[in-house]
Amino acid sequence: MTTRVQLRHLAHARSGDKGDTANVGVIAYSAQAYALLERELTAERVAEHFAGMIDGPVERFELHNLEALNFLLHGALGGGGTVSLMTDAQGKVYSTALLRAEIDVPADVLASLDTATGRAGR
Amino acid sequence: MSRRALRIACGQGFWGDRLDAPIEQVRRGPIDFLMLDYLAEVTMSILQKQKARDPSQGYARDFVPLLEEIFPDIVEKGIRVISNAGGVNIAGCREGLVEAARAAGVADRARIGTVTGDDILERLPDLIAAGHELANMDDGRPLSEVLDLVESANAYIGAAPIVEALARGADVIVTGRSTDTALTYAPMIHAFGWSWDDWDRIAHGIVAGHINECGAQASGGNCMIDWETIPDLADVGYPIVEATPEGPFVLTKHDGTGGRITPAIVKEQVLYEMGDPREYITPDGIADFTTIRLEADGPDRVRVHGVKGRPRTDMLKVSISYRAGFKAVGTLVYAWPDAVAKAQKADAVLRARLDRLGLSFDEIRTEYVGWNATHGPLAGPPPEDLPEVELRVAVKSAEKAPVERFTREIAPLILSGPPSVTGFAGGRPRVQDIVAYWPALIDRSAIEPGIEVEVVEA
Repeated sequence: MTTRVQLRHLAHARSGDKGDTANVGVIAYSAQAYALLERELTAERVAEHFAGMIDGPVERFELHNLEALNFLLHGALGGGGTVSLMTDAQGKVYSTALLRAEIDVPADVLASLDTATGRAGR
Repeated sequence: MSRRALRIACGQGFWGDRLDAPIEQVRRGPIDFLMLDYLAEVTMSILQKQKARDPSQGYARDFVPLLEEIFPDIVEKGIRVISNAGGVNIAGCREGLVEAARAAGVADRARIGTVTGDDILERLPDLIAAGHELANMDDGRPLSEVLDLVESANAYIGAAPIVEALARGADVIVTGRSTDTALTYAPMIHAFGWSWDDWDRIAHGIVAGHINECGAQASGGNCMIDWETIPDLADVGYPIVEATPEGPFVLTKHDGTGGRITPAIVKEQVLYEMGDPREYITPDGIADFTTIRLEADGPDRVRVHGVKGRPRTDMLKVSISYRAGFKAVGTLVYAWPDAVAKAQKADAVLRARLDRLGLSFDEIRTEYVGWNATHGPLAGPPPEDLPEVELRVAVKSAEKAPVERFTREIAPLILSGPPSVTGFAGGRPRVQDIVAYWPALIDRSAIEPGIEVEVVEA
């Protein structure tokens, strides 16, 4: 059995820019959540999520050591820097747009989050 | 070498960062080095423009009064300061610092070091003639296509000249486009005597520099995880790297300051502006961020170790900026009821006006702040009963005239467009120059012989 939840319940994130490319680093809240995201949050899935918002391809890199994924969203910033007409010309909040993605989460992964999202130990 | 950890504090994450952060770093606890990063890609072109208007300008002006303030502290405590505040006028910055040292009464006890040779704006025609294409790393175009429009050109240079200035006794070192990371790891190479091919240790320094260079973003600022419980951001402690001769380091902050340092927060900063994490390229080596190990080491302390490095490349990155037209942004606020519908109608009226005037633009972009400005189509349809929304229309063009005319078409909407409009007290939008970024690579051999280190008594 799975429950559909927004990515923001599985991970936190930070984004930034390099020219016209935005990067979104996604950091899982638990080892189980990381394993799930490694399987489900593919570059293809992220490209679909951002359909209509980015012109170029999506690349994904895994950082198993940090239980994190790094996505490069090419052509995401309307030219980037001062060329861009966007409010978010430097991709500072692209991270939050990705955290809207919905993921089907098995019960054991959900249980791992109940612990991981507790305040203690962070 | 001292066995005690070397404490390298960050005092500024960009030009415009909190003014008193470096003062707090110097006064609220022990540090050995203070690094301050003032330069972003677009900053260099702004500084070139300032220098063109006034030859005494072209550096991060805030740095000089800051040093006047902290000179007595750093001389007393033996803290050494490293900054890329020199921008495109390193000599001018040094003159300011000499005066500041005299005003602070420490002229006989302060040595100023400078690193020059990164600024290649004047050399571009010769470099191109000598076969350096300086092709755009994003699309491969040769620089010759935009050479007449170039405003600034600087090679990212590494730690070697900073280490030399430290060895020659400089207390304050001012550079131009040194890499942000080098400002943090140059003191490690100097103090620990690392060999220039000790790639793993240098890679630790690179990671330390990457975490340190954005100020409080590593210590609780702009942190997403548990943001609502992070204490006292009004007194956030900026990060401090405690470096060790073996390479592993601890990220911490002064006792009694606000903010928070945990592995999860440091992970956020590690991933900031990350490309391929397996190869974080600097002039002094390549760090593999997939090898970083992070763990808590007590309250507000995170230990970083295990970083693997690889040899440096033969190329240096060059940051070039060039004029690429004009843009302007107009905004108006529409109130409930039907705020979005009114703003959409105003956008349609505005676009019809631009058509009637025969104005054409390379791009017109409309956003509705409060509904879809940052999340675009992911925001879904506008929420019912939104209390207000800001219409934000931006245009750009290679020509200034249509952009200028656009700025005069916003205010008329107040009386001639849809109702319930406000928020125009700021006046007519400003026409802004677009300065585009041109990243390129160049052979080290074209840059490094021109790098000069000077150390003078204030």
